[in-house]
Amino acid sequence: MSTAEAPAEAVPDRGVPAVQLTGITKRFPGVVANSDVNLTVAAGEVHAICGENGAGKSTLMKILYGMQPPDEGTIAINGDEVKLRNPQDAIRAGIGMVHQHFMLADNLTVGENVFLGAEALHGIGRAARARLAELAERTGLRAEPDTLLEELGVADRQRVEIVKVLYRGAKIIILDEPTAVLVPQEVDALFATVREMKADGYTFLFISHKLDEVRAIADTVTVIRRGTTVGTADPKTITSRQLAEMMVGSELPSPETRESTVTDRAVLRLTGLTLGAEGSDRNALDDVSFTVRAGEVLGIAGVEGNGQTELVETIMGMRKASGGTIELVDAEGKARDLTKAGTLARREAGIGYIAEDRTRHSLLLTQPLWVNRMLGYQTREPVSKGQLLDIAGTRSDTERIVREYDVRTPGIDVPAAALSGGNQQKLIVGRELSGNPVLLIASHPTRGVDVGAQALIWENIRQARAAGLAVLLISADLDELIGLSDTIRVMLRGRLVSEADPATVTPQELGSAMTGAEDDTAGDKE
Amino acid sequence: MAVTDISRPDPGSSGTMPVHRKRSRVPGWLRGVIWAVIAIAVVSTASYSTGVSALTSSNTASTALRLALPILLCALGGLWAERAGVVNIGLEGMMILGTWGAAWGSYYGGVWVGLLAAIVFGALGGLLHAVATVTFNVNHIVSGVAINLLGLGVTKYLANLIFEPLSGNPRQSPVVPKFDTYSASFLSDWLGDLEKEQRVGISDVAGILRGLVTEVAPLTMIAIILVPVSFWVLWRTRFGLRLRSCGENPVAAESLGVNVYRHKYVAMLISGGFAGMGGASLVLLRGGADYLENQTNGRGYIGLAAMIFGNWRPGGLLGGAALFGYADGLQLAGGGEAVLALLYGAVILVAVIVVVQLFRRQWIAAGLGVLGAGILYLIYWSNDTLPSDLIPYTAHFVTLIVLAVASQRLRPPKADGQPYRRGED
Amino acid sequence: MTSWRTKVLPPLLAIVFAVLLSAIALIISGADPLEAYGTMIGQMFKGSTAVDTVNLATVYYLSGLAVAIGFQMNLFNIGVEGQYRFAAVIAAIAGGALQLPPVLHTLVILIVAVVAGAAYAAIPAILKVTRGVSEVIATIMLNSIVGGIIAFLINADQFGVQRGNNIGTREITPSGRIPGIPLGSGTLFGFVVIAAIIGAAYWFMLNRTRFGFELKASGESTTAAAAGGVNAKKMTLIAMVLSGGVAGLVAMPELLGRDYTYGITSTQMYGFTGIAVALLGRNHPGGIALGALLWAFLDTSAVSLEQINVSKEIATIMQGIIVLSVVVAYEVVRRADLAAEQRRVGRALGAKSSSVAGGGAV
Repeated sequence: MSTAEAPAEAVPDRGVPAVQLTGITKRFPGVVANSDVNLTVAAGEVHAICGENGAGKSTLMKILYGMQPPDEGTIAINGDEVKLRNPQDAIRAGIGMVHQHFMLADNLTVGENVFLGAEALHGIGRAARARLAELAERTGLRAEPDTLLEELGVADRQRVEIVKVLYRGAKIIILDEPTAVLVPQEVDALFATVREMKADGYTFLFISHKLDEVRAIADTVTVIRRGTTVGTADPKTITSRQLAEMMVGSELPSPETRESTVTDRAVLRLTGLTLGAEGSDRNALDDVSFTVRAGEVLGIAGVEGNGQTELVETIMGMRKASGGTIELVDAEGKARDLTKAGTLARREAGIGYIAEDRTRHSLLLTQPLWVNRMLGYQTREPVSKGQLLDIAGTRSDTERIVREYDVRTPGIDVPAAALSGGNQQKLIVGRELSGNPVLLIASHPTRGVDVGAQALIWENIRQARAAGLAVLLISADLDELIGLSDTIRVMLRGRLVSEADPATVTPQELGSAMTGAEDDTAGDKE
Repeated sequence: MAVTDISRPDPGSSGTMPVHRKRSRVPGWLRGVIWAVIAIAVVSTASYSTGVSALTSSNTASTALRLALPILLCALGGLWAERAGVVNIGLEGMMILGTWGAAWGSYYGGVWVGLLAAIVFGALGGLLHAVATVTFNVNHIVSGVAINLLGLGVTKYLANLIFEPLSGNPRQSPVVPKFDTYSASFLSDWLGDLEKEQRVGISDVAGILRGLVTEVAPLTMIAIILVPVSFWVLWRTRFGLRLRSCGENPVAAESLGVNVYRHKYVAMLISGGFAGMGGASLVLLRGGADYLENQTNGRGYIGLAAMIFGNWRPGGLLGGAALFGYADGLQLAGGGEAVLALLYGAVILVAVIVVVQLFRRQWIAAGLGVLGAGILYLIYWSNDTLPSDLIPYTAHFVTLIVLAVASQRLRPPKADGQPYRRGED
Repeated sequence: MTSWRTKVLPPLLAIVFAVLLSAIALIISGADPLEAYGTMIGQMFKGSTAVDTVNLATVYYLSGLAVAIGFQMNLFNIGVEGQYRFAAVIAAIAGGALQLPPVLHTLVILIVAVVAGAAYAAIPAILKVTRGVSEVIATIMLNSIVGGIIAFLINADQFGVQRGNNIGTREITPSGRIPGIPLGSGTLFGFVVIAAIIGAAYWFMLNRTRFGFELKASGESTTAAAAGGVNAKKMTLIAMVLSGGVAGLVAMPELLGRDYTYGITSTQMYGFTGIAVALLGRNHPGGIALGALLWAFLDTSAVSLEQINVSKEIATIMQGIIVLSVVVAYEVVRRADLAAEQRRVGRALGAKSSSVAGGGAV
């Protein structure tokens, strides 16, 4: 557990802080999402909260918006300590939140979405519309109040969210990863709006994990890592390198694999893989080609939402590629074209799959562990013989996985939902490595997993690699990526744009390449 | 340095489409009028070409109105429930409760007391559904099926207890007072004259209109007025907005201070009350029976179908109820021959649609339309009458076909039927 | 691990609750609940009531199994009602028209019934898979339509035969019938044996075959099942058709063991009873059997209430209350259980896991 480091730079005194969080701690069964978080936001500033995915930013914001009560700690707004039991309390305290996943109803009109819950202010008639028009003007929302929300694009929806917050009289606005869904021009427009509003006296909390954006918009930046605040800095003076170091940290167990086990036997070969995106003329995957060889870990780096999820799901056959081929070579060197095969056939051909979202894609939550052992392996020993299941075989093999992979559980009959995230993941890793795979697809294998489980999972991947397994690793944790991979490819907007050598690349260089920045050796501009 | 990150829109959110769907700007009421005109034009043409005058007779129209009423009220009940996000399969059970309540209240206190009792009984059913689905998060379908069972059981029990001593028959109530009817007599007579003149078009319209203004009961008027009232409340008041938000995105609604549970409860009470009124309309109108076991005969389900048919909109469900009522009324007033003539009308309608599709260059749709029209015409041409056993199910067949053809274009409330628990997202 | 509480407590609670609530209804209507319940239980030992109960339970059991197959996949086969009636009339017509040696005759009738039920279930299944039509509303329509189809088919112009006031299909000759088992003063349907075999087959399919696993996995989580290589659309189609096939047998015990003909007056509502029984038995073949017996007991013994001037519909009310309260009870117990389970796992692993900052896992 890391302790909070001394702030890199003192926060300039600007009167009574708009928001002051002291010693906030929040626990969930099995994990501590926030521990002793301290945060001071001055009035009239844009304060960025930075951190990797899963560092605890969202939980902290939910606490500030009254959606979850903190277990410990205090919240003060404009100098007064408050108890925020629900969002209404937060709204009354002048806090508004623009959620990353918009809290909007598609079948209601723009006006209805804005007025809902705040009808007491101006009703839903003419006065309300006048106020709406005023706020729309300020935020650059051009939609008519009677337009159905579903007809709006993403940027306009976000503006509706902002208008909604302003309509309720918020002075402190939380923007939760607001740029994740926007294209660059829209980001610029958003930032212009934020700057204008800042000049009018609004305070912003800007949640992001993108350093360049933070440097572009924020007056102050606070970094959260592993659930706690590690420091506050002035983005104008701190270097990207220092910021990245604060975010990524250096005390983590390093997942290094140095001596190379890469062979020259290709296992997975993608050629020109392309996937169309629904409702967009830009492809989700555009001409992706690479080869993973036996004993090699190929890491894919990229900002989330640049096609990694689609890549994995297309290789697994859960999405149908619109072009290109997927070939898998088995141990005897026989190549098989999997492009047209179903998911089950691909798994049987020897692909193990650790999915990005384990509760949605890897587990049957209410079923006992041994039933979960069957998922994806229902056609193979020891789970089944022909059309029949082999219950005894499955159970004893589950026992083996629990033992060998250190799954902490009272038994194999407990439902998967009762385990902590780390133990669920260990079970999944054990299962996916038990089917004699030739290729393992590991998508964020240690996300939301405690440090102990993380080290174990890394060790398992390393051993499997040494035994000749080909691994395709997708991760947002750059240390993990650099430490485990033999080769790193960077993905941007559905394309593989550059390659990096994990032996020499730094997380900072990789980070720049991921955002397509030009001042970097590893990145090549589009 | 300029911001260079251009991460792709989140594929999970439906808002990623830059495609700007242009919706037709025809206001709802105008679309309703257009459809009514098309419908009347089609039946008049069919009536003229086939020589079956029952298609547009005032007798058919007034029977259709009476038969459409319970369906309309149930559909309204379904609308209120589903707009608040509760699927209400239990309408049938609530309606059965309403029939008993209507007969009981009317017998002891007159028609208005009967109507009130029907509403209260239906609302009790709605309350039960709300307790199960909202408070205990029971699957909406399961709860609805249970309420249908329970409604039937309770009603039979009560009928045994209260009605048998009076009527000597546990399946039937004694004769109960019915609503008086009123005619716009001047208008009615004038339209009657027009109808008799047998002029193409004018007589048809006159016949239909005359059926709608002659011998109308207050309950009928109330039911019809409830359609615009429902629209106004649901779409033009803040209560309606909050109620609909519960059916669209309850998590967002709750985060904005809407008490989702309370709104769902209120919606279910109203829904049940409407279904109960639907039951009353079976018992308290002239021409209908008194309380009779099994008299609802699945009308609650048909009401639900009419609502889906009407795309979860008041105007649409009025159209759906009118269609189902007309199909029923026609069969009662004109028999299999008349329904066959309606088939001819359907051929005309499909032909019109085919022309529209050709105009829009939707070749496949047009082709399928031609095929469908051909089959319908073949049936029409090769039969003198339709099998009388199957005619009562016209509405059901129409519903299935409409669902199969237009299911993707329907827009139910987003969170319809989904469990919602406060504090879980 | 699902404890005994999860399985047994909810139905018990529901039954007790229903008994209490009905008792109140009885008291209000001026009857003595103890006497009423006593009469109902006493009826069990009179005449052929016990055998009748088992016979009726056989029908309910088949219906419950049919519904349960859909439930395993989160499919609401409300259409069992329509499917069994459709299958019954088709099988009765086929059985009456055919002249075949014994056993073979029976077998053909059963196969026709299964195929007819499956075919009628295929309509909503195909509409759902290809057109996205909700199976609930489609099956409701088909349930109603089947009444018209039966009326049409057994019309004297088609396949009907007039017998006194009743019209029905041609009677099936003895070669097609399933002999009963004389027991006390009644005759037990021979079909009881077949129903038991189907129940066992259902259990085996669900717990011991790949298909059963895939079915349950799709029902639990379509996304996880898809990642595990299960095609959800295919499973929907198969589950619905299979459910319809079993539904096709629902009317067979009575058709081949007692009535030999199917008419417009033949009993309805078995399909809806199946939903209740499947809910009560939690889709478990043993549970469904108990549920079916309870349901049948309430139905057959309620008749005796007329002797003491109590309306027999009190049994229907009890049934309604039981369904509603059993689902509520399952939900409440399930929630309590999961929380307890998480606490238990937490305790078993000590404070270790809770002191680790993981973040993002929730």
